[in-house]
Amino acid sequence: MTSALDTIIQGILLGGLYALFAAGLSLVFGIMRLVNLAHGDLIVLAAFLILVLVTALGLNPFVAALVAMPLMFAAGWALQYFLLNRTLGADILPPLLVTFGLSIVIQNGLLEGFTADSRRISAGGLESASLALGPVNVGVMPLLTLVSAIAVIIGLNQLFYRTSLGRAFRATSDDPVTAGLMGIRPKRIFATATGIAMVVVTIAALYLGTRANFDPTIGPARLIYAFEAVIIGGLGSLWGTLAGGIVIGIAQTFGAAINPEWQILAGHLAFLLVLLVRPRGLFPRAVD
Amino acid sequence: MALLETTGLTARYGDFQALFGVDIALNQGETIAIIGANGAGKTTLMRSISGVLASEPEAVLFDGEKIGALPAPDIVARGIAMVPEGRKLFASLSVEENLLIGRYGRAVEGHWNLDTVYDLFPILRERRANPGTALSGGQQQMVAIGRALMSNPRVLLCDEISLGLAPVVIRDIYAAFPRIREAGASIVVVEQDIGQALKVADRVYCMMEGRITLTGAPATLTRETIHAAYFGH
Repeated sequence: MTSALDTIIQGILLGGLYALFAAGLSLVFGIMRLVNLAHGDLIVLAAFLILVLVTALGLNPFVAALVAMPLMFAAGWALQYFLLNRTLGADILPPLLVTFGLSIVIQNGLLEGFTADSRRISAGGLESASLALGPVNVGVMPLLTLVSAIAVIIGLNQLFYRTSLGRAFRATSDDPVTAGLMGIRPKRIFATATGIAMVVVTIAALYLGTRANFDPTIGPARLIYAFEAVIIGGLGSLWGTLAGGIVIGIAQTFGAAINPEWQILAGHLAFLLVLLVRPRGLFPRAVD
Repeated sequence: MALLETTGLTARYGDFQALFGVDIALNQGETIAIIGANGAGKTTLMRSISGVLASEPEAVLFDGEKIGALPAPDIVARGIAMVPEGRKLFASLSVEENLLIGRYGRAVEGHWNLDTVYDLFPILRERRANPGTALSGGQQQMVAIGRALMSNPRVLLCDEISLGLAPVVIRDIYAAFPRIREAGASIVVVEQDIGQALKVADRVYCMMEGRITLTGAPATLTRETIHAAYFGH
């Protein structure tokens, strides 16, 4: 009984990580219908950026992530404004092709710069610390991951529904031409959205890099988890994305509890199962 | 000098030319109406002035400045706001959010704000939390007009605001126009409803096939001359 409870809790905590992977993807897709196939590689890129800041400047990884956030925001803004905006239009193929190419460029750039060795960001002993919550032990880092994921989703929801920028995001998503008549510049709005997505990517990278080993080629696998979380949750719903991440996380920990080889497969099976029962995801948006 | 003026304005969609040298002028404090049949180029004219369609810089003058080539956000920042054909409310935004987006990203001074727009159209105050698209057609049109007013425009462009609405609703909406004029806006209305256009406007332009075919004050225009300018026979 305790072991089942333990598995569920570990699954929920793992789901927090997947929700962080997915939140940026969900944000960008929700606003500009852009599927960014380089999303996983951008997470890995951010992890290397944090690693460099930690090793070169001797920063604490959390401080390094804070330093990396504005850099990644600027990189995301420029990426969207100067490259991805040119791919947006009625045809959905150009953004897919360009971000697929970007994924290859980032992977090979990182391989050139950092070799294929797997790395890890040291969190100064925090990664092995744990708390006893009743009958189960919970790792401090996994707990922080989930708390961060919830904080990110609350933050993004507040931004979306309580601020002038959030109104502009939704208006531009509805109708960019009419948004222009209101004084909104859709290209800048899209650039800002991708910048914010890259801040979330940096937070995801912090936990990716401190919890497990990473190397330049692991991005696409993270992209798959992120996609699955977004689709299970229902496109465009951030809380749904968290639920989707948790579904995959629980499925993976149960799979691993039965047989470690089944961990990844169990997550994908859960995804297919949800699609079978709820093709539009758990929390689909009413208007689409 | 006119506040807003087009000279030799042309517009095309690919190979199709929609406007052939349109000259109109709007003076400070004036309301003009543009009438014409479907496809005459009225909406294209509005889209050219509001920056949705780019033109030659000197084809549109506003307060002496060449604005023909500017994009829509720059046009609205200069004080020309548009109520687009079909209302085009933002479906993801509530009524109040639709109004607030009308003054996005800038501090605007002037008569119009949430309170004065709600005073102009009291029903919107009751429906402020509803999604914009959950309202009746007439109420949606009120939101679209209020949204444009929120930027405190010097020129208000209204494209086919009576389209698809019941006569009693159209009357209610036009009843707000005197207060909009008093608050300082000069107005261009595009109308298919000739009777309504003649009632509200100081001067009328009639368009046919991308050209101005008739212009004058309502009192000087007879039914026959309008008919000839409208249909070409």
